Amino acid sequence: MTPPRQRALWVLWSAMFVASLGAVVALNRATAGSRGPSAGTDGTMRHGFRLTESAKRLGIDFLHQGPAFDARLDHIMPQVAAMGAAVAVGDFDRDGWQDLYVTNSAEGSLNRLYRNKGDGTFVDVAPALGLADVNRAGTGVSMGALWGDFDNDGYEDLFLYKYGRPELFRNDGGRAFVRVSDRAGLPPWVNANAAIWWDYDADGWLDLFLAGYWAEDIDLWHLKTTRIMPESFEYAENGGRKYVFRNRGDGAFEETSAALGIQSRRWTLAAAAADLSGTGYPDLFLANDYGISQLYANQGGKRFVEVGHESGVGRTPKSGMNASFGDVFNDGRLSIYKTNISEPGVLVQANDLWVPRARTAGGGVEFENLASTMGVDLGGWSWGSQFGDLNNDGTLDMYLVNGYVSAGERTSYWYDFAEIAVGHTRIIADASNWPAMRGRSLSGYQHKRLWTNDGVGRFTEVAQDVGASDTYDGRAVALADLSNRGALDVVVANQRGPLLVYTNTVSPGRHWIAFDLEGTASNRSAIGARVELHWGGRRQVQEVSGGSGFSAQNQRRLHYGLGSAAEVERVVIRWPSGRTQTIDRPQVDRLHRVREPR
Amino acid sequence: MTTETSVVSTAPAVVSWRQAMQKLDNRLLPPLLITAILVTAHLNFGILEAYERTALAIVTAIAAELVLGRMSYGTWLHPASAYISGISVGILVRSPFLWPYFFASLISILSKYVLRLNGRHLWNPSNLGVSAVLFLAPETVSLLSIQWGNNLWPMAVIWLLGSVIVWRVGRLHVSAAYVVSFVVFAFVRSAITGNPWQATLAPITGPMYQLFIFFMVTDPKVSVRSKWGQVVVVIAVACVEMLFRLNEVIYAPFYALFLVGPAALLIEMAQGAGLKAQGSRPERAVDKRSASSSLSRP
Repeated sequence: MTPPRQRALWVLWSAMFVASLGAVVALNRATAGSRGPSAGTDGTMRHGFRLTESAKRLGIDFLHQGPAFDARLDHIMPQVAAMGAAVAVGDFDRDGWQDLYVTNSAEGSLNRLYRNKGDGTFVDVAPALGLADVNRAGTGVSMGALWGDFDNDGYEDLFLYKYGRPELFRNDGGRAFVRVSDRAGLPPWVNANAAIWWDYDADGWLDLFLAGYWAEDIDLWHLKTTRIMPESFEYAENGGRKYVFRNRGDGAFEETSAALGIQSRRWTLAAAAADLSGTGYPDLFLANDYGISQLYANQGGKRFVEVGHESGVGRTPKSGMNASFGDVFNDGRLSIYKTNISEPGVLVQANDLWVPRARTAGGGVEFENLASTMGVDLGGWSWGSQFGDLNNDGTLDMYLVNGYVSAGERTSYWYDFAEIAVGHTRIIADASNWPAMRGRSLSGYQHKRLWTNDGVGRFTEVAQDVGASDTYDGRAVALADLSNRGALDVVVANQRGPLLVYTNTVSPGRHWIAFDLEGTASNRSAIGARVELHWGGRRQVQEVSGGSGFSAQNQRRLHYGLGSAAEVERVVIRWPSGRTQTIDRPQVDRLHRVREPR
Repeated sequence: MTTETSVVSTAPAVVSWRQAMQKLDNRLLPPLLITAILVTAHLNFGILEAYERTALAIVTAIAAELVLGRMSYGTWLHPASAYISGISVGILVRSPFLWPYFFASLISILSKYVLRLNGRHLWNPSNLGVSAVLFLAPETVSLLSIQWGNNLWPMAVIWLLGSVIVWRVGRLHVSAAYVVSFVVFAFVRSAITGNPWQATLAPITGPMYQLFIFFMVTDPKVSVRSKWGQVVVVIAVACVEMLFRLNEVIYAPFYALFLVGPAALLIEMAQGAGLKAQGSRPERAVDKRSASSSLSRP
């Protein structure tokens, strides 16, 4: 080859080399920029809504206190005591206004029950009703709570899960709560971060699923050993056991997990149930930390089969922290959103949006991860997330909270964390091997994400634009129409931070409709009811949930935005009992209370 | 990560295992090992989130090598070297997007044709490609950071197989020197930072390091030629890595090799030029099996 030709080729390759480097920079900016925090509040309503943080104005002044465990964990306390801020929305007194139960997690701290007075303010009634002093030393501390009418008396009861003794409180006519944990037959100690109400066998009584995180023989305040940590960052199976409490209908529950085939010791951080496979029974999705997700397919309420691998959702180990369902394409199919960790320069697990794609040979559903394609993959150290139509445009948007430990600013524990996280089980499993945090942050001070959905496969991040500008360590997020105006407000529980309430103002001219269901043959809370709304050639499916996200529960009532459509063609309700009910042309811009026909 | 070529003599009709091993084209050993590691790891531990990402990295690397080689030298180059570059990128790079796999592979191969001096390329291709995307795209790219499950046996098998392969290609001393250096420096780091030695030692128990030890630091095309020189260089890599680690640089080993490897080559070239000027020849590698057939080509 002649030297001039060689030189020309070298110039050509060099240009390509430089261009490739430039392309990497440009693509990184473009990709991260489109998913990163939006620019800032612009004061306009160009996204169709605006959020205003108004907790104090509403009379809510709550600061979460974190737990403090055995002194042998002091060096890594911020990361092992990093959960416990939770919120559950429910109307405990049946006055038509959504109330908030909020957990606290220091020994001796008090939980709150904020009763919605209906005049734009809330008042804490937990002490008066017996739901405040539930974190006494020796009983563990709160990690989350759920509303559900387990005795079908029409009043929402409260289940409280803890690192400690789980508790069930029966709602006595909205006037008081009575502890019935012993009668219910709950175990003496579970280190749980996830639970849901569901009626897995469709017998009309709400059952309970409870997922251990740490092994249940660990008392985090009195350690027998420091070998309590996950045995692996990706393949850990030394976490807490799982429980299914079947409601016998007489106030007692029987534990049926082994008989049902739900046996796992993965480190579950989030659980949610919905009919994903179209059998009429709720399937169970578990988002596990330090490992793969699990999807338990319900076999007629009698047995569950773990189909995570076959369905695609349980193949790649990540750090699962959220489980929520949404019909993101308005095509009657529920997708699963699972959050993970993304930290620039260190670890890019990216969140998963599992969209149903096809039927498997066995009749199950195969899912495809479209989080990157749809722009909802990068959310920092992501925790709770919920689907909801925040701008009432007829598509489900998504709110995500994030941030692990916000301690010293401009400090980071990430290097030490990343170093030991790849270590062999003998190293990683022993807390004494973990480097001390020494006041450093770990993915702290992160901006939240609020993605609006264009309905055809693309989400746009608008959190800062619309006013969701906090950088607290978010854990739980719940959506509820707190003022019965036809707009979903956002409630955020922050670890060692304040409870935030973002009041939502939606642009005028956008219609909505909501449904509050009450079961008769089905469980009275109607948890598991599937409601398909048809309007203007569109349709959207939602299911009444007994808990979703991370340590959270949205309002039970189902809210649909309709955009400019002023008319709904029909609503098809499939009750958990299997009955189907159709309502033609329900009036828009109002809440419909629907009782299951007998 | 490239491999060298060896000339194979005529084989007898019946060959022993040992003879078969000796007969095997050395260029095929590392690709076979790394493929075995990938397949085993994925089937057992699901380390690949999506096949298409790794496939894209491999196809990009091989296609780039074939096109660039053909245009530059008028011949189709053996794809083994590019295959290792591509598969290494496919394993090591973690990103939810496809483009980092494409560009990491492309940059790896292009570097062999662009960053050259005296007919040699200076950087281990995939070290450069991976380092480039890690450095330039921190928001969207990270590195493989998981374990081989919770058992010791997968790690033991890989260590054993890897050791056999690098011994076969005459690079065991390089891997061994690096491992010993890393361990020593891990204790030094522990003493300096106050972190438990188990934590500072932890990275070497992970798969990322096994790929680094067996496929990157052993690359003969970017190694100095004397055996002891190679040992000194790899100790220097471990030392620079320690300095990076003390400054909490997550991707310390890659950046250390990125800096030390070319520096060592440049020093060697300068020494060679000096000796040439004095009328003598630079020291050549003693081990025939590690001698490259052609240093003028990638």
